[in-house]
Amino acid sequence: MIRFENVTKLHKGASRPALRDVTVDIEKGEFVFLVGASGSGKSTFLRLLLREERPTSGTIWVAGKDLTKLAGWKVPVLRRQLGCVFQDFRLLPNRTVAGNVAFALEVIGRPADEIKRVIPNVLELVGLEGKEDSYPNEISGGEQQRVAIARAIVNRPQVLIADEPTGNLDPETSIGIMKLLDRINRIGTTVVMATHDVAIVDQMRKRVIEIEDGRVVRDQARGVYGSGA
Amino acid sequence: MRAGFVFSEVTTGLRRNVTLTLAVVITVAVSLTLFGSSLLVRAQVQEMKDYWYDRVEVSIFLCGDISDVPSCASGAVTEEEKDQIKQDLRDFKPLVQKVYFESKAEALQRFKEQFKDSPLAENATEDQMPESFRVKLSDPTQFSVVAAAFMGRQGIEEVRDQRQSLDRLFKALSGLQNIALAVAAVMLLVTGLLISNTMRVAAFSRRRETSIMRLVGASNSAIQLPFLLEAAVAALIGTIVALGLLAAGKYYLIDNTLASTFTFTTFIGWDSVITLIPTLIFVGVGLAIASALLTLRKYLKV
Repeated sequence: MIRFENVTKLHKGASRPALRDVTVDIEKGEFVFLVGASGSGKSTFLRLLLREERPTSGTIWVAGKDLTKLAGWKVPVLRRQLGCVFQDFRLLPNRTVAGNVAFALEVIGRPADEIKRVIPNVLELVGLEGKEDSYPNEISGGEQQRVAIARAIVNRPQVLIADEPTGNLDPETSIGIMKLLDRINRIGTTVVMATHDVAIVDQMRKRVIEIEDGRVVRDQARGVYGSGA
Repeated sequence: MRAGFVFSEVTTGLRRNVTLTLAVVITVAVSLTLFGSSLLVRAQVQEMKDYWYDRVEVSIFLCGDISDVPSCASGAVTEEEKDQIKQDLRDFKPLVQKVYFESKAEALQRFKEQFKDSPLAENATEDQMPESFRVKLSDPTQFSVVAAAFMGRQGIEEVRDQRQSLDRLFKALSGLQNIALAVAAVMLLVTGLLISNTMRVAAFSRRRETSIMRLVGASNSAIQLPFLLEAAVAALIGTIVALGLLAAGKYYLIDNTLASTFTFTTFIGWDSVITLIPTLIFVGVGLAIASALLTLRKYLKV
């Protein structure tokens, strides 16, 4: 599903590369934690995955496509196969819960009747029944993240990318979000999640890829946050 | 993209930046009014040229008793010379279309008509008036051919082209038109810069929406379309205002004021104003879309 081959990324003006010779293989349906200190290269990894940046050298394959050779106008098509969730939710404050989720479908030109049909289903999946007409400032942080997750998966992407999705949430709420991500993973969506949250990583017992100074220093099948060190 | 979605995005965008939208509408209106005026002045000059060049003549003034140019040294023109000139003029067919002899009496009458409110007319006598041939050319630009043949000939005092005096007027008018055009060009440039800046502000105020659109895989055109339509709609409103101002100018200034005062010439008709419509829409909306596209390419990169 995702393959990095000897990927190096040197940002313009930076003295040290953000990623050095990274080779990673992520299979379809896997759940992968990406861990490492701030500035270790996790974010660069995710940005390369979304093709917000191109690698300096090496090849990246996502969903059967070589991102280094992907034409600019095909990038939107790629991104429709990748759902995205962030620490800061990134919701539109002037749209309701249902409106925020619908936005993702509206901007890619889905017909209105299809949107009407799928929204209740996806809101039920993420546990937001009855909140359709609330605005983001009327619901809790955990609920806001659920809206963001609903928006990310409503288009049925093959991969869900989560960048510190629990970073702004208390531990209890975080567990709820992780259960939701796990459920989405079980439906068949590959999940790549960057996190600092030791407790969550240790609890989930999923594959852990640790990045330090731009290098993959650990790739463990049923890993915990700090083992191996 | 569904039309309804795009439409709601455009209307919220226009409402969100009312003042900037208004600024775009006004500058587009002003610059296009100037641009349109300069085009109308050009049409007016063309109209007058067509009208007057059809009527201008070459005048060959003949020597009278008081002429003092060398070709008149032997005194007033003789009947023989007159007949010879007339004969030679006929040989210039088809360039020479019509020849008409104006006698002293007719010249005096014309003079009196031209200066009817002046004491000059009362004191003028027939003897002071020159005899002349009025020559109509099939191609008025070929004046020099006739001039070369008759200038300085015995019995001819002067060969005068009426076109020359008209050309001075037309030159002044095209000068006016060029100034209007130059000001319009500067205004259009300012308009372009303002639209570009407006788009920057609009892109900034909607960066959250556009960043989400990018993430969920909206195409470049889907992201840019609402912005482009916003610029186009504002420019279109400005263009309509400009066309309204030009139509009002044509009606009040030309039809109601100038045409009744200056009856000696014709003025542009409504067809000139109507032909402006596609031009101004093309320039106004085209300018808006072009400057918006250039700006958005920078600020809304996928």
